[in-house]
Amino acid sequence: MFENILRYRSARYFWWSLALVLVCVGIYVTHGRAEPPNGGTWQGYTLGTVGALLIVWLTWLGVRKRRYGGGVGSVQGWTSAHVYLGTACLVIGSLHSALQFGWNVHTLAYVLMCLVIFSGFFGLYVYVNYPRVLSDNRLGGNRESLFGELFELNERGLALARRCSVQVQQAVNSAIERTVVGGGVWAQLSGADHSRIETEPGKLIPHPDQQLAIDTIASLIPRSEKAQEVVALEELLSVLCRRQTILRRLRHDIRMQGWLQVWLYVHVPVTIALIGALIVHIVTTFFYW
Amino acid sequence: MSPEQHGEQHFGIAIVGSGPGGLSAAARAAFHDRESGAVTPSYVLLEGFSAHAKTIQQYQKGKHVMAEPGFLDLRSDFGFREGTRESILDGWSASLAENTVNIRYGAEVTRISQENHVFTLHTADGGRLTADNVVLGIGTAGNPRKLGVPGENLLLVQYQLDDPDEYRGETIVVVGAGDAAIENALGLSKQNRVIIVNRGAEFSRAKEGNLNAVLAAINNPSLPFDCLYESNVKEVVETPDAKTPLAVTFNTPEGEKTIDCHRLIARLGGVPPRKFVESIGVTFPNDKPDAIPELSRTYETNVPGLYIIGALAGYPLIKQAMNQGYDVVEFIRGNLIKPADHPLLEYQFHCMPFLRDADDVLAMFQQRIPMFRQLNALAFRELLIESNVMVAYPAGPLLVEAQAKLKALQAQLADRNPRPRTPRLIREGDYLYRAGEYAASFFTIIEGEVQVEEDGYSRTLERGQFFGESSLISGRPRIDSARAGASCILIETPRRTMVKLLSSNEEVRAGVDWIFVVRELRRQFAPEAEFTDLREIALACPIRQYRAGEALYAQNDPGDVMHLVRRGSVTLTRAVAGGPETLVAELRSGELVGQMALMGDAVRRETAVASVATETIEIDRRNFLALMNKRGARVESLQRKVSQRLLTISEMEVRQESGNLMRFLMNQGLGEATDTLIINESLCVGCDNCEKACAETHGGISRLNRSAGATFARIHVPVSCRHCEHPHCMKDCPPNALQRAVNGEVFISDACIGCGNCEKNCPYGVIKLAYEAPKKPGLLQWILFGIGSGPGEEAGYQPSKSAKEKGKRAVKCDACMNRRGGAACVAACPTGAAQRLSPEQFIDLLG
Repeated sequence: MFENILRYRSARYFWWSLALVLVCVGIYVTHGRAEPPNGGTWQGYTLGTVGALLIVWLTWLGVRKRRYGGGVGSVQGWTSAHVYLGTACLVIGSLHSALQFGWNVHTLAYVLMCLVIFSGFFGLYVYVNYPRVLSDNRLGGNRESLFGELFELNERGLALARRCSVQVQQAVNSAIERTVVGGGVWAQLSGADHSRIETEPGKLIPHPDQQLAIDTIASLIPRSEKAQEVVALEELLSVLCRRQTILRRLRHDIRMQGWLQVWLYVHVPVTIALIGALIVHIVTTFFYW
Repeated sequence: MSPEQHGEQHFGIAIVGSGPGGLSAAARAAFHDRESGAVTPSYVLLEGFSAHAKTIQQYQKGKHVMAEPGFLDLRSDFGFREGTRESILDGWSASLAENTVNIRYGAEVTRISQENHVFTLHTADGGRLTADNVVLGIGTAGNPRKLGVPGENLLLVQYQLDDPDEYRGETIVVVGAGDAAIENALGLSKQNRVIIVNRGAEFSRAKEGNLNAVLAAINNPSLPFDCLYESNVKEVVETPDAKTPLAVTFNTPEGEKTIDCHRLIARLGGVPPRKFVESIGVTFPNDKPDAIPELSRTYETNVPGLYIIGALAGYPLIKQAMNQGYDVVEFIRGNLIKPADHPLLEYQFHCMPFLRDADDVLAMFQQRIPMFRQLNALAFRELLIESNVMVAYPAGPLLVEAQAKLKALQAQLADRNPRPRTPRLIREGDYLYRAGEYAASFFTIIEGEVQVEEDGYSRTLERGQFFGESSLISGRPRIDSARAGASCILIETPRRTMVKLLSSNEEVRAGVDWIFVVRELRRQFAPEAEFTDLREIALACPIRQYRAGEALYAQNDPGDVMHLVRRGSVTLTRAVAGGPETLVAELRSGELVGQMALMGDAVRRETAVASVATETIEIDRRNFLALMNKRGARVESLQRKVSQRLLTISEMEVRQESGNLMRFLMNQGLGEATDTLIINESLCVGCDNCEKACAETHGGISRLNRSAGATFARIHVPVSCRHCEHPHCMKDCPPNALQRAVNGEVFISDACIGCGNCEKNCPYGVIKLAYEAPKKPGLLQWILFGIGSGPGEEAGYQPSKSAKEKGKRAVKCDACMNRRGGAACVAACPTGAAQRLSPEQFIDLLG
């Protein structure tokens, strides 16, 4: 019932793409001895035309995806075909170029095409692998429910700290107040923890993974002289540890979701650049014809 | 001695309640007084509240009020057109003054007694008056229950909260522990100090969401939100202190306690009007909460001289109530006019193969259906107005002639929007419905015959019989097909009307149930048995009802009966000694539960629990044997099914994880689902293209929330309509805007009046009220000029002025019923994570 995009309809588009590649290789090998394989032969023109049309069609996915009112086939089918035919494009483009490179717009188009395809490979990797990890990490909830739990634990932590010494109160307040989740693009993608804690008035130090606060509370428990405070501290320790786990899950969630999106910021703009380069490539080819 | 001599005022008609019905009745009475030149009014309109039309007064400001049903003409001395709350109320205020209507405000009628054909009406302020006739137009909401302590009527003691944002920086006491009290208290707590007073030790009556929210608020030390448990109000007094003008004294477990505050809001529920109505002597047909008192054609109750109109009489719409107000005064005056809906009946009967007055046809129809003979004339009339009349002609000149006649009528009604119902002409031999279609309408045969085909058997039904009850009761698609026979005339009654009738009329319910059981027993056990053969057995098989979570039987119990599920769903779980309990089967209507008890194993091997509200036909050994002795009994097929069931149960028993997933799905309420959006989280990349597609194809408003909802084993059930077998949303829709299409999609038609009943009734939170979204700009406009939002972009709009004027309407998933290519959410998913599943496909999820 549920198939991923690679297995869609028994990998129908894999076979289509394979057939297309074989036909293109067949055309390529018909190059005679008279002229070395290149983009200027009839074979080269044929392969170039196929490649260019393919690129235009692959780009059209962006339009089809937004045609919510309907269109030919399902978006999943289009995506599956996009993956396989995009991969085929790498072979067809290479055959068309016959691996003749130079410092010119033709090679630029080829390089951009490779960039688009390889960024697509990366996207495919994360699309196929990350959702499962994301789902398991959320423990049946979603990001909002994780944040909800975090806020609740913050409140409980602060309330418990109020029942303890000033030292504990300050440590917990500053740990919670200066907890950072997310941040800039890189912070999101790396899952880096820029949380800090105030150890002395005015002295802020990095506080990765909330470990220092946890260690401090743990070390205070056996040293506390008030039975009431021990109870509060023990409870606080459990809250902080739970909070640590939730924060780890949140960062993991943000990181994974970030990678699921960020590759498109390469894939799409470079595609537009590729289309530009492709137009110049075609026009100049005809100009020098 | 006449009543006047007692110092009491006497009237010809006392109208209680100044809602639309009461106003219209008073206006009609005022008209007649003017005509006759009466010096003193012959009638009085009594209103407990300080203004007319209390329910409408309490609508939020600017609420758009609709004038459904559109095809019904208004007949009243007061005007009414769809518009804002203010325009309607102002219009009526003006009419009240213009017609010098004899209305008394603040006259809450607390008791009505009758002696020697004269009614005495007692009001809350100790007043009394007498009348020859009483018209009750008091609606169904009931009066709010008051505190019942000194100070309950002070100005700052409120029983209603329209807008919590109206108050800021106040200390407010909220009394009550139900959902209304909690919602008010939480709404106020954002900008006020709130003390909620609970008579009990916990909030046991509240919905789970409200319960969690109120406990969180109470336990949140930073929120000025406190609770007094096991406390009640002793008295409320006004204080001279302008800062806190009220002092409320409570009885608490620690003794008396006084709190100074700005206002007190008591939400103690309503006093349903039924008790009041019964106290006058009016009888109700049964104890069901939505039962309607029995009324004659002139809206008169069993108490002569006492009339009931409007919502309390079963007519919840403003226009209906106003028409009845007009008519009832005419009836009381002995003027038996044709009701305003009379033309609607004439249209319905337009293509009959005979010519008679609509009232005669109506009477003849009722006489021809044994089950409806006992029904009161008013109820049958209403049933017919809401039903479709179908007339079959043989293909040929007669049909052509009838079609031409119908066409002429339709042309005559063409400018009416919406168009009144006209008969449906069918050709003899045409299918009325086919097996597999989702429809729950109910057919009765007035004339001619109908062929019902099922499982290779074809049966003829004749005049007076009915069919289509199976889908009505089970909520499942049709299991048979029906074809129009020679010269048949049929009434097709929509589900809602039938459900209303079944709950208000015991005879009809018993009749339908009985035939249902006979047909179901025949279908399951003895397809060749004669109808008469099964009558006795059917009467001996009781119908059992189970609440969600209630057990039919437990594992290891001795078993001596089997159940045939007729609506709802039942899960079977099996516990192995020392091991956890495993869900091994989910059974729906038309399936047998516990049949092994009568087929060789007297000990229950599983526990059977209703996963949603469920009804079963219980069959004991004697009846089972009697069925098995009938000609052509399905012994072989029953045995085969049992073997198959035992096999799947054993398979499921060793697959704990499958059972857990199934249990999760049932806990999400999918036991009553017919079409559910399921997201496989191992494929979902969170792009929300499903939501965008939904919004883009449904006027800019998405009807699903992907990320909300529960997940188990990477199977996610988003917040989205699952098109229940018995849709909760359809239960209480005044204009009947919630409909079910033949393929099962539950959708909201344009008749929606935005009352919010469906939103409240949906236990899955999938209906919302929304303003119309602005139209999206064309792609070029968006690209070139950056106008509006682009395809799939979040609209982030403010509703336009015209959208606000139109008011909010309910929106929900319609499963893209008119869209080629199926549901947009599924078609737009780039990774194949979103699929819509029928219950039969749940088993495939288990892998």
